[in-house]
Amino acid sequence: MNEIITARNVGMKFKAVTALTDVSIDVAPGEQVALLGHNGAGKTTLFRLILGFIKPTAGTISIDGHTPGSNPARRIVSYLPEQVMFPKMLTGREIVRFYAKLKGAPADEVQAVLRKVDLLDAADRRVATYSKGMRQRLGLAQALVGRPGLLLLDEPTSGLDPISRQHFYELTADVARQGGSVLLSSHGLSELEAKTDRVAILRNGELVANGPLAALQQEADLPIRIRVRASADAVDEVFALIGGKRLNCASVELLCPRSAKMATLSKISSLGPRVEDVDMTPPTLDEIYRHFSNLGPEPDMRSEK
Amino acid sequence: MNGVLTIAATEIRIGLRNRWIILSSLILLVFALILVLLGSAPTGEVKTDAVTVVVASLSTLSVYLVPLIALLLSFDAIAGEIDRGTLQLVLASPVSRGGVLLGKFLGHVFVLSVAVISGYGIAGLVAFYASGGGDLAALLGVGRLIASSIVLGATFVAIGYIASASVRQTGTAAALAVAIWLFAVVLYDLALLGGLLASRDGVFAHSIFPWLLVFNPADAFRLYNMSAINVAATGGNLGGAVGSATPLSGVWAMFSPVIWAVTALGISTMILNRVRP
Ligand SMILES: Nc1ncnc2c1ncn2[C@@H]1O[C@H](COP(=O)(O)OP(=O)(O)OP(=O)(O)O)[C@@H](O)[C@H]1O
Ligand SMILES: [Mg+2]
Repeated sequence: MNEIITARNVGMKFKAVTALTDVSIDVAPGEQVALLGHNGAGKTTLFRLILGFIKPTAGTISIDGHTPGSNPARRIVSYLPEQVMFPKMLTGREIVRFYAKLKGAPADEVQAVLRKVDLLDAADRRVATYSKGMRQRLGLAQALVGRPGLLLLDEPTSGLDPISRQHFYELTADVARQGGSVLLSSHGLSELEAKTDRVAILRNGELVANGPLAALQQEADLPIRIRVRASADAVDEVFALIGGKRLNCASVELLCPRSAKMATLSKISSLGPRVEDVDMTPPTLDEIYRHFSNLGPEPDMRSEK
Repeated sequence: MNGVLTIAATEIRIGLRNRWIILSSLILLVFALILVLLGSAPTGEVKTDAVTVVVASLSTLSVYLVPLIALLLSFDAIAGEIDRGTLQLVLASPVSRGGVLLGKFLGHVFVLSVAVISGYGIAGLVAFYASGGGDLAALLGVGRLIASSIVLGATFVAIGYIASASVRQTGTAAALAVAIWLFAVVLYDLALLGGLLASRDGVFAHSIFPWLLVFNPADAFRLYNMSAINVAATGGNLGGAVGSATPLSGVWAMFSPVIWAVTALGISTMILNRVRP
């Protein structure tokens, strides 16, 4: 396979701190991968390694067959750092034009990219007048210019409102559709809104999960939450029959493994008119993320176990 | 090369919109005009002398203000950009680190040249007409002053990069720049004067002092301008005191700032190559 990123057993030690241990991850052309992890998990460190700013203390990384930081590798990669403050005296257009020229992109791409990130109206204003979200979009514009083969985005959606975030994922999907790879970092699955092909989770510098969201869901095998609303006066009876936890005078909640879902449902439906309504909630993205980051289940689930 | 010019053009834009640079350039212009008006006030004298005196006092002004403007331009070039995350973006693009520094250097020297040319150009023209259209040799003196000031500025731009590349915080880089300015422009001369006064036997004055003088790019600059206009009347400074006894006289004195600039650019490139943003 000609992967864009090939990382093999990568380790990174800063004097006393071990930031990454034995991380192996591939990213294929046209693939969108989300890198998740708690603060200090090693996300930014992995980006800096891929950019060639620092050299791994163990293992190897190659960018489309090239050494990270080498000229051919830098021609492929585009980067958006965690926090970037552009010169306040320049306009948005001047800034995007600057990075377009550095990457050797044609001049007419500047206008197109500014339109894509919805900054055309503000393009000729100084960055000093931009809002936080506008500055974030300007950073994205700078990364999108030059049709990168690999887009590295460090927490790109922090500071974006839900609509801008939605729009942001449309833009990265565009890049992927044109054959570019996207590796973006985020703090949690819920922020991600299941928009990427694959999810990789770092915990204390170790890769603890790496796969499509559906596969992670399966692997985590977290129980489904079923809430049964009993008809009047039947709640005790229902509770006695199906067990679980009483929520209030009318509802019973139970957690059931995915494998037992159908059996449980047929048991509930056999209760006939004693049941008024049934709600089913699959495990939330946050619960799956917690499972892999090993932060333990949410408090109310813990009390159940 | 394309990347170098792109970086230079952007630095010029930023520099020309930087209010500290604008302010210090205005100060340069105002001081230059004041010196011109004071210099051409004694009307009884020969015309050329008036402009020459002005050039002499302007070169002293240069020694203080030009390195200051240069350091103001350069101290933020690397430390500040790492702090703000923009250097990471530039280094992620296909431009070499030496190219990044060269581009910044060209841009900063251009901005400095605009400040020096506008300040001294206006002052020179005012002096020229105030003295009733003096001779062209005096204007040549102004041209020489402008050119050598730009070289002096370029030197301190490059020295500023060393400061900026060696530290991680903008604040530290700023403090380092102020220290460099204070040392090169004020303390160094004081120390030399002290040495001259202390060693009465003349060994220091004859064999060490001249070398120490040209070693400092700011003093070498003063030496060059003093020897160029050759005025005894404006003495009272170190350059005038030594006269032709210096190892590098005349235009050769400018070798010192040029060598400093080239060396400083080399050193700062080396440091930048080791930076892990
Ligand atoms: N230059 C450095 N020197 C020493 N330790 C470092 C250095 N850079 C990173 N670290 C350490 O490496 C670990 C991983 O840091 P990293 O910045 O990669 O985390 P992160 O996943 O990006 O966190 P966040 O979500 O907070 O941005 C942290 O413990 C950090 O303190
Ligand atoms: Mg980070």
